[in-house]
Amino acid sequence: MGVYELEDFLRFKGISKCFGATRAVNNVNLSIKRGEIFSLLGPSGCGKTTLLRMLAGFETPTQGSIILGGTDITDVPANKRKVNTVFQSYALFPHMTVRENIAYGLTIAHEPKELIREKVDQMLTMIQMQEHANKKPSQISGGQKQRTAIARALVLKPEVLLLDEPLAALDLKLRQKMLMELSLIHDEVGITFIYVTHDQGEAMSISDRIAVMNNGHIEQVGTPAEIYEAPRSSFVAAFIGDTNFFDGKISKVIDAEYCILDVPDLPPILCFNDKKLALGANVHLSIRPEKFQISLEKPQVSDKYNVLEGKVEDVVYQGDHTKYWVTIADDWKIALTRQHTRFMLDEKPITWNDHVFVYWFADDGFMLDRYSVEDEDLLQVPPQAVGETEIDDAAIAELPNATMLNIQQEDEQ
Amino acid sequence: MNSTRKKTLREVLLTIPSFVWLTVFFLLPTLIIFAIAFKPASFDGRVADGWTWRTLLSLRNPNYPQIIWRTVWLSLATTVISLAVSIPIAYYIARCAAWKRNLILFLTIIPFWTSFLIRIFAWKAVLHPDGFLKHAMVFLHLIDNDTLLLYRPEAVLIVMIYTELPFAILPIYAAAEKFDFALIEAALDLGASKLKAFFDVFIPGIKAGVVSACLMVLIPSFGSYVVPDVVGGLGSEMIGNVIVARTFTDRNLPAASALASVLILALLIPMLYFLKGKKQGQNEPKPAKEVV
Repeated sequence: MGVYELEDFLRFKGISKCFGATRAVNNVNLSIKRGEIFSLLGPSGCGKTTLLRMLAGFETPTQGSIILGGTDITDVPANKRKVNTVFQSYALFPHMTVRENIAYGLTIAHEPKELIREKVDQMLTMIQMQEHANKKPSQISGGQKQRTAIARALVLKPEVLLLDEPLAALDLKLRQKMLMELSLIHDEVGITFIYVTHDQGEAMSISDRIAVMNNGHIEQVGTPAEIYEAPRSSFVAAFIGDTNFFDGKISKVIDAEYCILDVPDLPPILCFNDKKLALGANVHLSIRPEKFQISLEKPQVSDKYNVLEGKVEDVVYQGDHTKYWVTIADDWKIALTRQHTRFMLDEKPITWNDHVFVYWFADDGFMLDRYSVEDEDLLQVPPQAVGETEIDDAAIAELPNATMLNIQQEDEQ
Repeated sequence: MNSTRKKTLREVLLTIPSFVWLTVFFLLPTLIIFAIAFKPASFDGRVADGWTWRTLLSLRNPNYPQIIWRTVWLSLATTVISLAVSIPIAYYIARCAAWKRNLILFLTIIPFWTSFLIRIFAWKAVLHPDGFLKHAMVFLHLIDNDTLLLYRPEAVLIVMIYTELPFAILPIYAAAEKFDFALIEAALDLGASKLKAFFDVFIPGIKAGVVSACLMVLIPSFGSYVVPDVVGGLGSEMIGNVIVARTFTDRNLPAASALASVLILALLIPMLYFLKGKKQGQNEPKPAKEVV
């Protein structure tokens, strides 16, 4: 992370966009600093791409204005904005070579031939594509196309670079590599990057700040750590990573910092009261799976810990960690993960049906400002255990076919 | 080795039907026409025995250069104007909502449901000296009452464009429909004006469609004789009309063949040259002739 000029370099002021009756973007206000990598993160259809297209100039806002470096650019056409885009499908011109693609913007600007050559060579060096300069886009790989698209946009020295799901078309390994390359390129050119993605991992690893979007509005803006550790709404908590929700009522305010939360069927829960909630307030508490600890014996912990007793419902071993679902007081199912720090085979593992103690430090829970029941659908659910559910014969009959289909698809690739 | 041979055999077998078809119905007739051009004509309208160069001398007819020139410019003008009209139309259709797109394509194809001849005669009514269009134009002082809309090369041009337009729109649309319009946004994003993006990105993107539209308009235009015959006057004859006159009026098949051979070669040689160039271009999308 670099040092920012503390100015509002790029501002969205009350931006809305309607397509017919649907509001794709609803009253968005955002301030983006010069030189930062800012991500717009959200599920598909949340309005992030529409917001980006308005910034690029491909869509006109129904309401509101966009200010870039102090100038209102709301009505400036796309070809006059100092903003360039890396498209999701790259949109490289198929009839031009890599070199011609990168040079296109400079040619349009009528720069002298020598200068164009020099600038394009510089870009080719930066993206390490010198030996592919005279190939057509159909002759280079996905990663190379991606780099060419980035170079084509960057060669114009835009004030803001827009990246629309730039890695979506690449496979996982290449995606991680390109993410690091993007980060390096950003360090080198130092301009503002606006990065649109639905992949929280990408957003977390590359961004200085993230705006989480849902249904056309912004749920929360913050650094990756803020978004993860202190989610403001149940949507953010459930969309970024996984979590557990507890809804209850404040039954006692202990001091300026702590309070007691009464959750039906559970013992009183000690909470860190950063929201300064009063007695009787209804609140939702979010606790991340990795904040829990689990043990077979009753833990010896301070009174700042909450301890619950339950039965292990499911265990999913994932190599570096194990995921447990623990049922507490019949109604509550807690998802928690345990990092393996020791050689697993030496331990006495916690397994299915074990009676366990689940405990966490009071400060590790976070109270949510906004809560919506639908967001619970975003949570990871335990895998269906065989024997517990009714077996659907039709579903079983379809199983082998489905498996074969998958294999065929893999073969085709 | 064996498998490649098998593959070649299969390819040959699959090619045989179209090869036979083209040989019987295209190649042989063409060769027969070339051959008859070197035959003497008999007085009763048949092809006489023996071989002669004399028929070719009939090509030196002093009226021909003018007619050939007219054929060339009418065909080229038909092609250029048809393309100029079709490309924006195809662009528009490709960007339309699906229902609108189908409607426009349907409207494009609808004229084919009526006989070609009837449509040409309908134009005769439209352009008639007592027709609505003439009266409207006189009323608006665009032309005076003595000007004829019918029986002149311009009338031929208008009607030829009318008949050829669908053959230009459909292949260009087929190419435009596959075009990735994000490329236009990319060009705008890089600073190009809309017009520049259109010519730099869209036109090269639909090149294959434009080329096949070009051929599909140019070739029939060169050989057209019904349109100049019906809506054209004495000064609107094209090569096609002359060939018809030699065949049916003069009953001189060798002279007609000689002229037809010139027409075929005039189209074939540039086309073969062009196809050779295209093969080097490789993997261009196949022109969608099947649509028509």
